[in-house]
Amino acid sequence: MTTHDKKTAVLLVDDDDDFLLQQRMQLERAGFEVTAAQGQAEARHLLAIRRPDVVVVDVMMENPDSGFVLCHHIRKTYPELPIILVTSVNSETGLDFDLSSQEDREWIRADAMLAKPIRFEQLQREIDRLVSVAR
Amino acid sequence: METLRVLVTDDEIGMRLGVVRTLRDLVVTVEDVNVDVNFVVDQAESGEEALEKIRQQPPDILLLDHKMPGISGLEVLDQLAAMSTEVLTIMITAYASIETAVTATKRGAYDFLAKPFTPDELRSTIRKTAAHLILARQARKLTEEKRQVRFEFIRVLGHELKSPLAAVTGYLDLMQERHLGEDISAYVDMIRRSLLRIDGMRKLIDDLLDLTQIESGRKNRQLGLVNIVAIAKSVIESLHLEAESRSITVRLDASGPILLMADIREIEMIFSNLLSNAIKYNCDGGQVELTITASDTRATIKVADTGIGMSADDISRLFGEFVRIKSPATTNIPGSGLGLSIVKKLVQLYNGDIRVESEPDRGTTFAVCLDAKTTTS
Repeated sequence: MTTHDKKTAVLLVDDDDDFLLQQRMQLERAGFEVTAAQGQAEARHLLAIRRPDVVVVDVMMENPDSGFVLCHHIRKTYPELPIILVTSVNSETGLDFDLSSQEDREWIRADAMLAKPIRFEQLQREIDRLVSVAR
Repeated sequence: METLRVLVTDDEIGMRLGVVRTLRDLVVTVEDVNVDVNFVVDQAESGEEALEKIRQQPPDILLLDHKMPGISGLEVLDQLAAMSTEVLTIMITAYASIETAVTATKRGAYDFLAKPFTPDELRSTIRKTAAHLILARQARKLTEEKRQVRFEFIRVLGHELKSPLAAVTGYLDLMQERHLGEDISAYVDMIRRSLLRIDGMRKLIDDLLDLTQIESGRKNRQLGLVNIVAIAKSVIESLHLEAESRSITVRLDASGPILLMADIREIEMIFSNLLSNAIKYNCDGGQVELTITASDTRATIKVADTGIGMSADDISRLFGEFVRIKSPATTNIPGSGLGLSIVKKLVQLYNGDIRVESEPDRGTTFAVCLDAKTTTS
């Protein structure tokens, strides 16, 4: 587990209550400070009040592309804030994209992508990596 | 306007030019699909040349002389069969020999023209062939579109089934690693939430089976004279607990029995989907009013609620499969996203229609008209 001078603040954005609760429990036990939003509007509101160290965003929320839209907003408004995009949309469900091609990197404004169901250790590793780069 | 390519293969130049002249200005209208077709004609003076041309760019229709120097029309047909092209062949025969006709048909010829033929006979045969071709293509396109819709449905279904599984798995993982300690009472909330997600999944599967049954099981319908007011009463009764727990009153406004030639389960499904939506998307202490009226030819079912309502934009997407209107007000309302698709499909079975009026924060009214032999008594 990484030690920090101050707790790393994570904003979780997902429309699935249970996903939020489960990730929050794991992250808090691992020493993160967690806030959660159930959709785009709430996420924007929370971001305006207090800036976290990293944002974890689900792709499909109110609309199938809500996550992408929110990513664009965050990139424009807070260019330095690292974003992790979480998605169950993958080749199996018919839509395929990742951050390995330049073309996809240009329209997906995220620093990392994780496929659902995500393994907690994986999420934690990505958060630590992105936060240490940003600091 | 669609253009079909015709290749006329005959060793007589007069015959080839005659075909070119006749088809040059011909326009065929395929009535059923309302498509106009014209033709461009290419020529070949031997079977060998025809095969060469077909290899380079297969025509849509091949007019093929039977008797030519070099390889015969029947041999061309043989080689065509091996090329897996979709050319429709019209055999031109010099004398009406049944034997040739049978052999040619066996080898895949679509139609025949007996020499000598008039321009009208040619036009008539071409008209028939073109209509066959266009209709077959349209049918194939429709099948392809249907397959695509089916694929999309299954893709979303997969996603909808995986989310609750992921949630339940997540809770089980947390319990397995004793995230909240050894005491089972610490996990009561996780267990409750898991059960809710499993309920949701069960409802989705039930709705899915209903939908599939409606789409495929029309032969199993049991039509009889049923009193839809009585069905409404029993559905209201079954939703009684759900309504009461949120202090919602459900009122039924109908005078006397209304008889309808219908399948009782289908009418139940219509009522239960509309009423449970009206309760789910209501506010605590709200009202649901069910009005049933009938004329000689139609029964009208109106379900009005005083709930959260919808925007015009939401309404436009409402009847799609797996569409759930997502907003802060609806996040905690469970549902499969198939209820209104089911109602819509059922209503179609009764040649009826469904309409919706809604205003955000004021409420929603669904009006279903069923066109069937109704009699009030």
